[in-house]
Amino acid sequence: MASSPKETTVGAPVAVTGIGVVTSLGTGIADNWRKLTAGQSGIRRISRFPTDALRTTIAGTVDFVPVEPFCSTTLAERLADLVAEEAITQASIGAKGDFPGPLFLAVAPVEIEWSHREAVAAELRSNDAVTYNDLLRVITSGRFHDFHQRCLFGSVGEHLADRFGTKGSPISLSTACASGATAIQLGVEAIRRGETEVALCIGTDGSVNQEAFIRFSLLSALSTSNEVPEKAAKPFSKNRDGFVMAEGAAALVLESLEHAKARGAKILGVIEGCGEMADSFHRTRSSPDGKPIIGCIRNAIADAGLTPDDIDYINPHGTGTSENDKMEYLGVAGVLGERSKSVPVSSNKSMIGHTLSAAGAVEAVFTLLTLEHQRLPPTINYEIPDPAIPLDVVPNVARDGKVRHALSNSFGFGGQNVSLVLGREPA
Amino acid sequence: MADAARETSARETSARETWITGVGIVSCLGEGPEVHWRRLSEPPPLPEMQAYAPHMVHTLAPVEFDKQIPKKGDQRQMEAWQRIGTYAAGLALDSAGAKGKAELLARMDMIVAAGGGERDEKVDSAIMSGMARAANPEAFLNEHLMSDLRPTLFLAQLSNLLAGNISIVHGVTGSSRTFMGEEQSGVDAVRIAHARIEAGQSDIALVGGAHNGERHDLLMLYGFGGHVLTDGFAPVWERAARGGGMVIASLGAFLVLEAREHALARDAKPLARLSAVLADRSNRKGDSTGDGTKATLTRMWSTLAPQLSSGHTAVISGASGAEPATAAERAFLATVPDVPVRATGTYIGHAFEPQFPMNIALATLALGHDKLFSPGDSSGVERAMAGSVEQIVVTSVGHWRGEGMALLRAVR
Repeated sequence: MASSPKETTVGAPVAVTGIGVVTSLGTGIADNWRKLTAGQSGIRRISRFPTDALRTTIAGTVDFVPVEPFCSTTLAERLADLVAEEAITQASIGAKGDFPGPLFLAVAPVEIEWSHREAVAAELRSNDAVTYNDLLRVITSGRFHDFHQRCLFGSVGEHLADRFGTKGSPISLSTACASGATAIQLGVEAIRRGETEVALCIGTDGSVNQEAFIRFSLLSALSTSNEVPEKAAKPFSKNRDGFVMAEGAAALVLESLEHAKARGAKILGVIEGCGEMADSFHRTRSSPDGKPIIGCIRNAIADAGLTPDDIDYINPHGTGTSENDKMEYLGVAGVLGERSKSVPVSSNKSMIGHTLSAAGAVEAVFTLLTLEHQRLPPTINYEIPDPAIPLDVVPNVARDGKVRHALSNSFGFGGQNVSLVLGREPA
Repeated sequence: MADAARETSARETSARETWITGVGIVSCLGEGPEVHWRRLSEPPPLPEMQAYAPHMVHTLAPVEFDKQIPKKGDQRQMEAWQRIGTYAAGLALDSAGAKGKAELLARMDMIVAAGGGERDEKVDSAIMSGMARAANPEAFLNEHLMSDLRPTLFLAQLSNLLAGNISIVHGVTGSSRTFMGEEQSGVDAVRIAHARIEAGQSDIALVGGAHNGERHDLLMLYGFGGHVLTDGFAPVWERAARGGGMVIASLGAFLVLEAREHALARDAKPLARLSAVLADRSNRKGDSTGDGTKATLTRMWSTLAPQLSSGHTAVISGASGAEPATAAERAFLATVPDVPVRATGTYIGHAFEPQFPMNIALATLALGHDKLFSPGDSSGVERAMAGSVEQIVVTSVGHWRGEGMALLRAVR
């Protein structure tokens, strides 16, 4: 439909003027970038809970942000606080507690956790069988009032809106492991349609609790290479055996180019295009023909007003599961053709693991740093190449590279595919 | 949001017109527009009083899921909330004349407002019972989660897997986004779908959600905050004297929103025009009286007021019975005394994420019949409406956060 009054702004690049990140490697942009380009791994043995009876005993936990008693949603909230603070400070926008735009938050689905159930059950002081009806009887005391808001889906967003003074209704979203990219996409769209000049986009995940961990394990999605944790995540390798679950968060301050320039803000890079295409094939597997992934990548490149020949670096979803890496290669090769052999594709997840709901935002931030420093972080643990995936994965060691337009892919359960095209400030 | 409200109203003249061209609804009243329209003018039904006593739940009317989810294998991969939602989405696509039209579905956008999936109550109970006695409770938890959790339950719990199932069963694949956050996620979903169409970022969108209220763990979740009605049913406006409370419900509601010219090009008929959608957030911390909520509702209303025609406007309220949210809305409504009000929660209960899309769907029914349904309580808030109804404002006041309004107009 060609009659939109906003047509001219559809496809316009959107500036990034602030970024913040925390992963298992550490807190902040500087520390993360240094370790990432040094090929360091943040994967470690799980110490948060006993690992008896578990097939996987490693993860990229963020243990240096203490939460006692542990609650995944509380950790996600603290990580989001850290990265938002860093990004807003860098953007130097608004007043303290008065961010001049809306919040788009990628966050893991919130739920009542075992720590909550245990706390209520303990109140029963009973050695008999415990049912939900028993729990319902004891909660009328009002003693667990705080659990109400803590366990609601909007609670992290509401907290962030309060603390940072974002405007309007904070949107919490999930597109599974593509969530972080979707948060950025929503911010880009809001700016493009003139609804706001500025948006705060955050992805955060603190999901390493027993049940969440075991769920992925039961789907056989997790690496079981427990012996040397740092070597477990092996994207694109022939011996890859699953992803490593991890925690982290990233925030981006997005801003219309005009607004950023008018206030003299430092432009760290731009979001040039966003694309998505859902897959109707299966709940956890991609369509074998790769068409949804190909369509998603093409949509992002077209939205950026570019062609596949313009893409000179890819930050892949690159989880290290057999299925993902194979399908992602098919998608990349389908779009880039012969060039797929030479365009560097390096997986941050080889070092930081899979930060799930945060991944799209964390990896967008690392892609912006790649553009800024013109340096490609490596895919570590790449010892046995998979001949079926003939990509230049920037094996094991970082190197310099000329990057003008980078693609960042995020794919999730439920047929979610989102791609972003990121670039440098337009001349 | 004050800013967004201004934006919406400023863009009103240049933005593309958005039509509602499909609705799919299922609740305790039954499925589809006709039964909902009829039963909204009958006395409110009583919720299920026994199974969750002393709580009560508006359980879903019997539904033949096969009619919208033909493969049993698909049904088995879902828990109840996903079946309800996938079913309601199918009804909406049928209603819009979009079902099975592959080319259209492949570029149809989708925003789902979702909570999370069901628990396996038996597994939870067994683990809670055992942990108390176990020598090493954490190890016990590991062992039993590893052996007792069904692997596929995870996929029925993930918030975005309602959207995923709609893609699989109905083929909607243009885009797929899931918003979370109780009532307000439904407001946000409709607002974003509408804003994208107005701005030319989207031509057609499926938006809505689903909720299964028949869950003890949800009674606990909302019970933590003291928000669940116990000890006897009452219409939502009549619960304040007892401290308020919600009756949790099962329901599914989806809308097809479409740019006017796109609908005309494929000969789709409008059920109503969606003129404005506002989403806002009052800071409720320390606001025990609901004054902030009332002020936010007043501000949103003032942005819509210039578009409202006297005597032909009604409010369909999403009031849940939770306090102080319901009292705040009631206080706001008292400031617009000439506008008739209906709180559908008295009839269908409260289902959080899909409640706002459901009330928008119910508003299209009234606009289609050119009249409002009968009052549902005797508190004085709801009064008969004499004339025709041209415009309906749908409200949402989240039980703990978020305020929203939508303005619908009849397309004659």
